[in-house]
Amino acid sequence: MTMQLASTEIQSRTAAIIQELKDLEGPLLPILHGIQEEFGHVPQEALPVIADGLNLSRAEVHGVVTFYHDFRARPAGRHVLKLCQAEACQSMGSDAVATKIKQLLGIGFHETTRDGSVTLEPVYCLGLCACSPSAMLDGEVIGRLDDEKIEEIVAEVRS
Amino acid sequence: MIPRIYIPGDSGALALGAEKVAKAIARELAERGVEAKIVRNGSRGAYFLEPMVEVATANGRVAYGPVKPSDVKSLFDCGFLTGGHHKRWLGAPDKIPFLAKQTRLTFARCGVIDPLSLDHYKAHGGLRGLQNAVAMAPADIVKQVTESGLRGRGGAGFPTGIKWKTVLDTTSDRKYIVCNADEGDSATFADRMIMEGDPFVLIEGMTIAGIATGATKGFVYIRSEYPHAVATMNRAVEVARKAGVLGVNVLGSPNAFDMEIRVGAGAYVCGEETSLLNSLEGKRGVVRAKPPLPAIQGLFGKPTVINNVISLASVPIIMDKGAAFYKDYGMGRSRGTIPIQIAGNVRHGGLFEAAFGMTLGEIVDDIGGGTASGRPVKAVQVGGPLGAYFPRALFDTPFDYEAFAAKDGLIGHAGLTVFDDTADMLKQARFAMEFCAIESCGKCTPCRIGSTRGVETIDRLAAGIEPEKNLALVTDLCNTMKFGSLCALGGFTPYPVMSSITHFPEDFKPAPARAAAE
Repeated sequence: MTMQLASTEIQSRTAAIIQELKDLEGPLLPILHGIQEEFGHVPQEALPVIADGLNLSRAEVHGVVTFYHDFRARPAGRHVLKLCQAEACQSMGSDAVATKIKQLLGIGFHETTRDGSVTLEPVYCLGLCACSPSAMLDGEVIGRLDDEKIEEIVAEVRS
Repeated sequence: MIPRIYIPGDSGALALGAEKVAKAIARELAERGVEAKIVRNGSRGAYFLEPMVEVATANGRVAYGPVKPSDVKSLFDCGFLTGGHHKRWLGAPDKIPFLAKQTRLTFARCGVIDPLSLDHYKAHGGLRGLQNAVAMAPADIVKQVTESGLRGRGGAGFPTGIKWKTVLDTTSDRKYIVCNADEGDSATFADRMIMEGDPFVLIEGMTIAGIATGATKGFVYIRSEYPHAVATMNRAVEVARKAGVLGVNVLGSPNAFDMEIRVGAGAYVCGEETSLLNSLEGKRGVVRAKPPLPAIQGLFGKPTVINNVISLASVPIIMDKGAAFYKDYGMGRSRGTIPIQIAGNVRHGGLFEAAFGMTLGEIVDDIGGGTASGRPVKAVQVGGPLGAYFPRALFDTPFDYEAFAAKDGLIGHAGLTVFDDTADMLKQARFAMEFCAIESCGKCTPCRIGSTRGVETIDRLAAGIEPEKNLALVTDLCNTMKFGSLCALGGFTPYPVMSSITHFPEDFKPAPARAAAE
């Protein structure tokens, strides 16, 4: 399980990321990606440090963080499974795939299993539209999902 | 000579198991003590044949596909390193009908070369366009691009040369080239393929754009859903810098140009150019009102060329072979070639680059081979989530910006999603509104509120509540969204909705009637 970090620890690690990236033109998104990579989410404690480092208001930073689907307010499960729900995948039965996976994992979209093993998310297009329906498990792409592949995925996230 | 084995590292091929195949081949080579070089190329785009493994033989390249890890042992037994016969044998890749019928200009090298070898790139005609450009006056480069007839391949179809001219003519201490690689439309993967399979062509195109307009800095904004493209582009930029293609003296000329790869954060609306600029600046990806045009006040308020990946990747061949060569392909005001992406429920899905002018029917039936499910084609959505659904009755529409507009549709980024007769068009119309509601940036009311009201109204239609009244309401709402939205998200969501209602009225009949009809 994720250890609870002290807020001073979060602040000092955030400050280091800001220091490294603040000279980029338009540094906020790279910094937020850096923070999410470091902590697995963008902790509340990091926001005032960013605001201070970039001379922005906390409201502005909050506005940016909450605008983008990628940035999480809380840590995700150990695995993140994204199921494509866009049109090309719909035409190949992504609805049924989603229903089946939700049932097998016992969670819905934007939810994490109680044991913290996996977070399930919809994604609108992975660019694998000629091999639909598709998914991404921890950054690995999977195409032409069928029952066999679904079972492999579920077994992997449960292991 | 050590044999070369090409195994695609393209995301689409990886999604179909290319990594396992590569590992199996490496293991088999080691076990048999055979020496060979494995090259991770891009994909040629025939996804129904991926993972497609190729071997360079004395008689040219020989392809095998789709290869499964369990095929590897028998491939070696059949002598595939010298092109031996096997049940997966496909012969010379450029003779495979799906590939042989194409006109590969922008994608000429994609799937052929090692994406990160600048030597391969040069050996296959790379950098010739840039070499010509560094010896030319900026205005002449802009003129050549304008004369080629190249129009924005991201969807809007705006003439690329005219955009460049505005930036060239605007005086500023700093200008930018921004490449829109936020390819969020379902059914599109051309940008991803070129970034993974031939990244130098994009770098070359952006550098030419920089020299042509006086911009010295470029950004490629890639969506976060494309981690492989991000990695390949980052590595390619480093290679290009080391080789002096990027830097203070581009190819030894006095022109300076450098670029950075930036990653989006999962917002579809950031594919809209002004919203993308805000995102690059570190702001919420909210759409900006135009004017001012980005060409005059773009990134950080400076004159900015913002072009789609394919527009920029088409520039090197125009600068290499001339405007007339490129313009010679196509029809009407749609000149050159377009990478058509055939996706969804289709037998032969993949990327098909061709001159403008093929009919929708030829693409879906002849090239795509009909549906994967074997059922009749019911509808084809052209141009992504904001594109119209076309019925078979409109299959004679030629692939051309104006011809599609005349049928109340759009080419967009040239992605096609094929649906079989099990598709419920009311559900598709509802999804279009729902997607708009999820992805709306919230700046303008027709998009922010209209999309949510749209979902509710279509739900009432589905429930059979006052169908005539609600159908009229959806139509009116679509009209408001189309003419009252700031950008294409709210403005084009009516295309899939209205085309579903117009071409498939039976799916919108009240529930009892629908049940009776089934």
